[in-house]
Amino acid sequence: MTDQAQETTTTAKIGRLARWRQSDLWWSFTRSPSAIAGALILLVLIAAAFAAPLIAPQNPFDPAQLDLWNSELPPIWQADGQWPYILGTDTQGRDMLSAILYGSRISILIGVCSVILSLTVGLSLGLVAGYFGGIVDNILMRIGDVLLSIPTILIAILVSAVARQMLPPELRDVGSGAVLVLAITLSAWVQYARTVRAQTIVERGKEYVQAARLLKTPARRIMLNHILPNTLTPIMVAATLNFGMAILTEATLSFLGIGMPPSQPSLGTLIRLGNQFLFSGVWWIVLFPVLQLCLLVVSVNLLGDWLRDALNPKLR
Amino acid sequence: MIVFLIKRLANAVLVMLAVALMAFMIFRFAGDPVELMANEQMSQADRLELREKLGLNDPFLTQYVRFVVNAAQGDFGISYRNGQDVMTLIAERFPATMELALVATVLSLLIGIPLGVLTAIHRGRWYSEGLQFVSIIGVSLPSFVVGILLILVFAVSLGLVPAFGRGDVVQIGWWSTGLLTASGRASLLLPSFALALYQITLVMRLVRAEMMEVLRSDFVKFARARGVPRWRINFRHALRNCLMPVVTMTAMNVGSLIAFALITETVFQWPGMGMLFIQAVTFLDIPVMAGYLCIVSFIFVTLNTLVDIAYAVIDPRLRDATR
Repeated sequence: MTDQAQETTTTAKIGRLARWRQSDLWWSFTRSPSAIAGALILLVLIAAAFAAPLIAPQNPFDPAQLDLWNSELPPIWQADGQWPYILGTDTQGRDMLSAILYGSRISILIGVCSVILSLTVGLSLGLVAGYFGGIVDNILMRIGDVLLSIPTILIAILVSAVARQMLPPELRDVGSGAVLVLAITLSAWVQYARTVRAQTIVERGKEYVQAARLLKTPARRIMLNHILPNTLTPIMVAATLNFGMAILTEATLSFLGIGMPPSQPSLGTLIRLGNQFLFSGVWWIVLFPVLQLCLLVVSVNLLGDWLRDALNPKLR
Repeated sequence: MIVFLIKRLANAVLVMLAVALMAFMIFRFAGDPVELMANEQMSQADRLELREKLGLNDPFLTQYVRFVVNAAQGDFGISYRNGQDVMTLIAERFPATMELALVATVLSLLIGIPLGVLTAIHRGRWYSEGLQFVSIIGVSLPSFVVGILLILVFAVSLGLVPAFGRGDVVQIGWWSTGLLTASGRASLLLPSFALALYQITLVMRLVRAEMMEVLRSDFVKFARARGVPRWRINFRHALRNCLMPVVTMTAMNVGSLIAFALITETVFQWPGMGMLFIQAVTFLDIPVMAGYLCIVSFIFVTLNTLVDIAYAVIDPRLRDATR
């Protein structure tokens, strides 16, 4: 019995893979150099970031491994560069490459978490508002209107600053990741909610939903199993582009000094720390985290741009 | 039309009330105002008296109404940090930010429109494809990164322009301007370009998309058939028909430019409202935070409402559509 079940799932898996290989999406992916480049760069960056403990020459969080004698070493291709500090060291003797790898890990994690959380919040509120309409819809969309009428970066800054203040002091450093995720989510969910709501209102009137209703399918089931899959196409595009936005917002907040603390530096924190030495000739402390951040966001956006065009029925 | 006008204005007022509620909640719940204002020597009785004087014992609604009434008159209380009136502090910094945002807007139009036209009429050439690609990068770069890179190249390596501050300013009434002195103009270059870059790419992409559509239309074909010179078709006939959405987007985005200026201001140590706000955030100077939030949102909401109303005046179909 279980064997049989397993067999069906594996055939389903193979079938799915084969189907994916034949899909329009895969075809358009193989034809778009910028999408392939974006995907490859992103894969390499994510793999390197999560393998950081294995491949980084140094653990930048371990003070025992930092040596002030090795501070402010330039990158290896310059005259005073030293192995293994390929990208040089900062003012505390921290290896820049290691710091960047560990920093990217934090940035990517916060980006992924906030996309997942804002997707969950946005999808459920959008579905409920669109499906039931009426007063729930009205209230949710009014809140959305207000949030959209203030620049998103302001919301993120305010939430982050206020939430941090409400935490007890000993939790402030530990909780800053969670605070950032919350801040980014609060400024990002409206977009998902609006997209899903609009789509849900369209789908609600279609025959298959009426049929499901006649069969007395519970509302929750109709929303999740029948309507949600039909709203996912625009959501996928928005989620990809928002992943880039989330990383940028995190970096901006950390750069402004209200994000990740120096004890757990994300890319934005590294840039802020390096920015203080902009005029003292140690350009590598700020330049390499900046380049890494750009590479990360550009690759995500290349992928998102392609996805938007590939899934746009008008352009097919 | 009057119904539309009233609806749109009521909507704007509602949004402002909600923003004021947010500002008020920060005021009330992010830390106890009395604890933040009181110093070590204050006795318990003094604290209670201060609490009563600030009206913190009144019901929530009364406090909120008082906050809104005061805010509408430009009274956001006094700064926790240096005891100055919040409105005076913000008004001092206001011209610097406005100058930055306006110069950035002008830059984005001056650079973005020609680039958009160029990439539209020379589609497929290597330089327009290159510009398209650069514009994706421009959208992806956060503005603080643009600022840092500009400082590294133009101020640190080349030493061409100052990297921070406003230079010398001239006081005209309550407005202070850096546009009238050489050092003021030089200091304005990097920050305004850093702020404008994102907007430039937006304008460029919009003009390009619109131009490509207009160039396919019949009146352009007819103009070509009549033998009208190329440049005249492109700039007199086609471009004019693309400018409406560009103007709308620019007007609506002045608000976001003012908000995003806070990042540029931090990078370039520009003494504007944004830097005041960031300092207030790090010191948890709540009256300044609340004041900044309300004023920037007010500018934002006013611009959006004006654009909407202007559109409804021009195009009557929209009066029903936005209902």
